[in-house]
Amino acid sequence: MIRTASAILRKDLRIELRTKETVPAMTLFTVTVYVLFHFGLDRDSLDGELASGVLWVTLLLAAVIGVTRLFATEREQGGIDSLLLAPVDRTALFVAKAAALFLYLLLLEVVAVPVFGLLLLGPDLFDALPELALILLLADVGLAAVGALVSALAAETRARELIVPLLLLPLVVPLLIGAASATEPLLREGGQSEDLGRYLALLGGYDLVFVLIALGVFDYLLDD
Amino acid sequence: MYSKGFKPLAIATVVAIAASFALVFFYAPLDADQGFVQKIFYVHVPMAIVALCGFVAGGIMAIKHLRTGDRSWDMRSYVAIHLSIILGTGVLITGAIWAKASWGHWWLWDEPVLVSFLIVFLLYCVYYPLRFSIEDPDRQARYSSVFAIAAGAFVPINFAAVRLAEAVTHPRVLSQTGGNLPGEMRLTFLVSIVAMTLLFVTLWKLELTAKNASMQLKSLRRRLELRADESAPAAPVRTTA
Repeated sequence: MIRTASAILRKDLRIELRTKETVPAMTLFTVTVYVLFHFGLDRDSLDGELASGVLWVTLLLAAVIGVTRLFATEREQGGIDSLLLAPVDRTALFVAKAAALFLYLLLLEVVAVPVFGLLLLGPDLFDALPELALILLLADVGLAAVGALVSALAAETRARELIVPLLLLPLVVPLLIGAASATEPLLREGGQSEDLGRYLALLGGYDLVFVLIALGVFDYLLDD
Repeated sequence: MYSKGFKPLAIATVVAIAASFALVFFYAPLDADQGFVQKIFYVHVPMAIVALCGFVAGGIMAIKHLRTGDRSWDMRSYVAIHLSIILGTGVLITGAIWAKASWGHWWLWDEPVLVSFLIVFLLYCVYYPLRFSIEDPDRQARYSSVFAIAAGAFVPINFAAVRLAEAVTHPRVLSQTGGNLPGEMRLTFLVSIVAMTLLFVTLWKLELTAKNASMQLKSLRRRLELRADESAPAAPVRTTA
């Protein structure tokens, strides 16, 4: 199963490398949203809860793009049929898609978080970086699992572009709560988080539950 | 198929609802600081509890559908979620009225139960566009079940997460609505919950019976049409065979 999954993942990454469709679009989108927030809030620099809220909402909205595109090549060119004809476990497909989304999100954040530090953040980003990286990693795992599930759910509907944001955004509210609350003290001048452990536990619990659910139910999608 | 025992159930529902209203208006004492408006509590809270249980029950029926492949379980899950969304609309409206009367605002963001319920409600509203944008009936049933399972598991996680976020700034007593009620209020509340549950089950059965009947009617019609087609130009077909 690992071999099948890594084959599908390599295929997805190669397509992304050649077409450069998803990750650049997500990155461009986040920078645009920063500009929107700058004018919408009429603030030159943010800190504390406002900064963490803007950062996380922007990242989640960018994730919507990634999730919408996740099965795009398979659908548009009919590749899904050949994938389903292949005598491989559906779970491998889920693992590959979730891993691809996870990598896209990581790539996005490598660019989007420093840009946020440059453009909008008041306090220095550097001090917050180790804890922030941990929060980002945990949030990405959950986002990748839920995103792959939502993407597969929406893949067969008539109004995919409509279903994905409507379905994904309420589902990731607990993730937003945990991530934004954990990030908020880190982005304050000289702030130290006292409840970091609790929010990391929330993120970890969310990841665990949704990875298990997605693995359990994914077999029933794309199954004909 | 679904109509077995419907009559006693319906009668029990009517009796329970009548009893709960009688208790609410004539037996339960007036709340000391909220007065008459507190009585909306006996509608609002049972409705919320039954709606949330209905969502989770929809998820469990969906598991049953995926396990057995029997599509009638998907229909059961669909009707349960459908009714829960209707109840959920009622919960949000009665909740807003109660909040306006007792706190002075239509909506309060620092009330974790309110916020969690809104998020769950928003998620379940997507059930309709998802379900009805899939045409193949078999696939529709399977995808809806997958949604129902994921969303059913989401309900408790979401409540825990929202409460966790609030607990830092607002340490509050968890049993604000249920734990320390005086005896008369508690009895009224329990009867109201039973009445609401019975109402939910009755409506669920009624809707299932209606859906089942209309499906049977449709298939009978189709068979009738087939037979009419067959009997009219049947002769040439037979001779060629």
